[in-house]
This record gives sequence, structure tokens and C-alpha cells, in this order.
Amino acid sequence: MKKFLSVLLAVVICAASCAVFTSCGGYEGEINVYNWGDYVSDGSGDAIDTIAKFEEEYNIKVNYTTYETNEELYSILSSSNTQYDVIFPSDYMVEKLIKENLLQKLDYKKIPNSKKILPKFKKMGYDPKFEYTVPYSWNVTGLVYNKTMVGSHKPDSWEYLWNDDFKGKILQFNNSRDAYAIGMQMCGIIPETYTKEDIDEATKMLKKQKSLLKKYVMDQVFNEMENNQSAIAPYYAGDIFTMMLNNEDLVGVLPKEGSNLFVDNMCIPKNAKNVEGAQKFIDFMTRPDISAANSEYITYASPVEGAKELSYKELRESELVYPPESYLEKCYTFRDVDADVYSYMQEQFVKLMS
Amino acid sequence: MRLKKPSIPYIAWMVIFTIIPTVMIFFYAFTDKNGSFSLEAFAKAFGYTNVFLQSLWIAFISTVICLVLAYPVGFFMSRQKKSVQNVLTMLFMIPMWMNFLLRIYAWVTLLQNGGPIDTMLSLLGIHTTLIGNQGAVILGMVYEYLPFMILPLYTVMSKIDVRLIEAAEDLGCNKLSVMRKVVFPLSIPGIISGITMVFVPTASTFLVSQYLGGTNDLMIGDVIDKIFWSDHNTGSAIALVLMVAILLFLIILNLFGDEEAIAA
Repeated sequence: MKKFLSVLLAVVICAASCAVFTSCGGYEGEINVYNWGDYVSDGSGDAIDTIAKFEEEYNIKVNYTTYETNEELYSILSSSNTQYDVIFPSDYMVEKLIKENLLQKLDYKKIPNSKKILPKFKKMGYDPKFEYTVPYSWNVTGLVYNKTMVGSHKPDSWEYLWNDDFKGKILQFNNSRDAYAIGMQMCGIIPETYTKEDIDEATKMLKKQKSLLKKYVMDQVFNEMENNQSAIAPYYAGDIFTMMLNNEDLVGVLPKEGSNLFVDNMCIPKNAKNVEGAQKFIDFMTRPDISAANSEYITYASPVEGAKELSYKELRESELVYPPESYLEKCYTFRDVDADVYSYMQEQFVKLMS
Repeated sequence: MRLKKPSIPYIAWMVIFTIIPTVMIFFYAFTDKNGSFSLEAFAKAFGYTNVFLQSLWIAFISTVICLVLAYPVGFFMSRQKKSVQNVLTMLFMIPMWMNFLLRIYAWVTLLQNGGPIDTMLSLLGIHTTLIGNQGAVILGMVYEYLPFMILPLYTVMSKIDVRLIEAAEDLGCNKLSVMRKVVFPLSIPGIISGITMVFVPTASTFLVSQYLGGTNDLMIGDVIDKIFWSDHNTGSAIALVLMVAILLFLIILNLFGDEEAIAA
């Protein structure tokens, strides 16, 4: 009996290892994808698991890893030998990576779906000739407030983040670039690019705000707003759309002075190994049905023609996810600033918080 | 000293994961961004002195509270039957198996406005904000790190021979002098390792203050996190100053410990 069991066990182990081998060896190639955390439809609920679907359709294995900030992405790309085939930098980071010669020009013929990118995203300042990027998603910053906590006010401008009536119930970005952008707008500076003097002026503005603030937050904003802990906060409009689904008292608005239009792009680094696989991946992600699935999951807008129409009604009709053209005219997109200036801003921001 | 073959993997590990990173931190801290020698990073690092002091202060207070709470618990545990000791140890360990961040989220839910504690207090007529201040940060720290104080204390105290205590009592010591003259001196190694295990992480963590603190509760770990990405040199200099501060603290602590041991 013991012998029989051990033979059986040996057979099972062999079979299992064979299965593992065939499933690994079955792929024709692999690509390394480096994306923002939680930034692709993952198959929860009845959504499409876009990465699994790509692996299945193209027989290419995707090694998927994530990062939290553009600066982290930059640090990994510029100072380590880690090799990626597809990365997802935002607007200003694309410009920086191009300047430092870390991206390769794309062969758009190999990415046929790139024709479906809406024209306005083919002439963005960070990649004016449309040579290095295929946009993945876009959105703007906005304001969210709790209508039961603002009295008779109807906030429609960044100014309300400086309003004494909401003292101790106001939130601000815990991220220098977004917080300073609002500070600069309040000083009448358009924060597309900025100098140290602009930063100093915004610092004064943000200092004035500090005594009114409850907290500097990023992801915690969801808990703060959804559970009625704070009255008003700036955040990414697509995320405000999600918060409003979880708390009926929340109202999302696009501030009347305009806000930050941000675009996250798919790019291929200079040192990519599997360029062909990367092109296939970018092409797949730009297919309208796939782009719509990702856009529904992350609740940011899709830059692909036809994807918006495939999304569910509330999403495609929301002004927070798809702000109207007239609003976008008032928006600005970050450009790359000198490392020196950025580091100065970061320093001032930390000093402000301490 | 000759190296024995079995020690090679450990030495390799130490070199790759301890010595090289430390040397890199030193290198970054003493250079500017072009790689030439400079003390500018330290000059900038000392711009955050107030955050430094605040972090060390929060760590100090949390450690003292942990020690005061944990000492009687450790003693009580060590005097129980073996089976009871095991159950109690388990009970202190189980919360630590849960994710650190989840435990902090739980405190956010407990303390926030309209949360269970706030609701109870308002029924009693007390209206106050429990979250977003230094008190909440210290509470979070004590909660997170208390087991790290209890366990070494308990381990050391359970090794104290019960006959020593009985002998002291036979020789006319009352309960208080038994504690003062027998248990306390013998438990000093536990106190030192408990303090080390609580003080060092509380001085450098930032998650607790990010979730339970307000606009003024920035910790030095937060500063390092924010500054390092844009300025490796200053980030490294701050990390180095923190390392030195902790090292000094531990040296002082151990000196104290040795003297007591000799005196005993």
C-alpha cells in the first residue's frame, strides 16, 4: 500500500511539473510592463481582465509591475539597468524622458489602432509631433464637496479651499505638484511651467491655507469624503465620480478658473528588449473595446475614438470623467520643469508641512 | 580570524544588503548632485531640525508609555502557569499577524467623527475631535508597537528563578523591595531590548502619522520619503543623521544597562 501511494505521488508530481512546464513554455515571448498601481481593468465583477485577455489573444506573457509616482518611474529608468518594454509616464514625465533620450520613437504603422487616437491628443506640448507616445487615459483635477457641510455655499472655484467657513474641514493634495498648481492658479500664475519666484508666491498662498486645513491627503481623500469627515477637497475628477457613487451628498465640480488636464501615455523605453511585443500590447490597449474597459475601471477618460460610446451611460455622460470641450480650453497641462526647480518646490512643500 | 566556509553566504548577504547600501547613503550624503564632495546636503538636512526633534519626541513618549504599560503585563504573564502563558502570548501575537496598514485603518474608523468612540463620548456630552492630532499619533504608535515591548520583557522575566523571589521574601523583603531589588535588575536586558525594538521603528515610521495625524504631525520618515526622489543627497543626509541619532541613543542605553548589570 505504501509503495502504491509513493508511486502515485511520484506520478502526480511529474504530471504537475509537466503542466507547469507546458504552461510556461506555451508563450511565444514575454514583455515587461511597468504601469501605475491599480490602473488597468483587472477582471473584478464582470469587467474584462485586459492583461489576461492580451496574453490569451497574442500568446505573449506579460510581466506586470507597478509604481506609485512618475518620479519613482524616472528613478528606476534613469539609474538602474531594469529593462521595460512598455511604460505609462504622464505628460511632463514624457517630456523629461524624451529630453534625456530614454524613449524610442514609435513606429505607428505597427500600432494601427493609434489612428483612432483623438486629434487633440496628437499635438500635446510634451510630444508635439506625436512621435513617442500613444495616450492611454486622460482627466482633469476637480473639486468635491459635501452639500450637507457647506451651508448655503455653492463652491465652484479653488477659492473655496481658502474659505474660513470650512475651517478644519478642508483637504489639500499631499503632493507638491498638484498642491502648488492650485496655489499658483490662486496667484494668477498658469502652472504649465514655473520658476522659483512663482513657487515662492504659491508658498505664501498655501501657508495662508494651512491653518484652515484638516489634512494633506492622497488616497485617504476617499475615506474622508465618503464618510462625511471633511467638507471640501481637490482631487482627480474621475475619482470624484467614484466617490459620488458611494455618498449621495457629495457634489463634484470643475472649478471655473480651469484646472490641470493630465494625460498618461504608453511609451517604449530605449532599452526595451521586445519592441514587437510592446507594439502589439500598445495596439491592443488602444482597441476601443479594451480602452473602454480600462476607462470604466479607472474612471478616467479614454483618448480613443469610439471608446467613450462603448462605456456605460453614467460614465460617458459625466462631466467629471469627460469634461466638455469648452472647459478643456481653460485647462493647462504640466510641462517639464528643471530638476532644480522641482526639487526646490518639493523642499518648500515639505517645509510648509513641517 | 579565519573565515569558515559556512559563513560565506551570510557575509555575502551582509555585504550586499547592509554594507553597500550604507556606503551608498554615506556617499550620497557627502556629495552634491554632480558627485563632488560637499556638505550642502547636511546644511539642508538641518533645515528640518524641528521635524527631527518632533519625531524623536513622539518616539520617546510612545516608548515610555509602552514600557509603563508592558512592564506589569510582562511580569503578570511570566508568573502564570505554562499553558496560560502560551495562551496570553498568542493573544498578544495574533493582532500582529494582521497587516500593519489595516490595523491603522481600523483606528481611523474607531476615532473618526461619528465613529464608535466619538458617538459614545457625545452621548456622555463630550464633544471633541479625536483624530488628526499628536495624541492620536501616539495612541497609534503605542498600539502598533506594544507587543514588541511586552514580548522581550515577558521572555526575560519568565527566566527569573522563582526561588530568588522566595529567598528575598524569606530574608524579609516586602513586595515592593522584591520588585525593586530582584525583579527589576534581572529584567534590565528585557527593558533594553524592548526599548530598542519600540524606539527605533517609532522614530522613523510615517504611516501612523499620515493616517492619524493632522497638518502638523509630519514625521522625519515622511520628509525622507518626499525629499529623496527629487534630491538623493539631502534625503541621504537626513537618513544618516537619523541613523547617528539612533545609534547614539542605543549606545547610551547599553552603557546604562552594563553598569546596572555590574552593580547587580
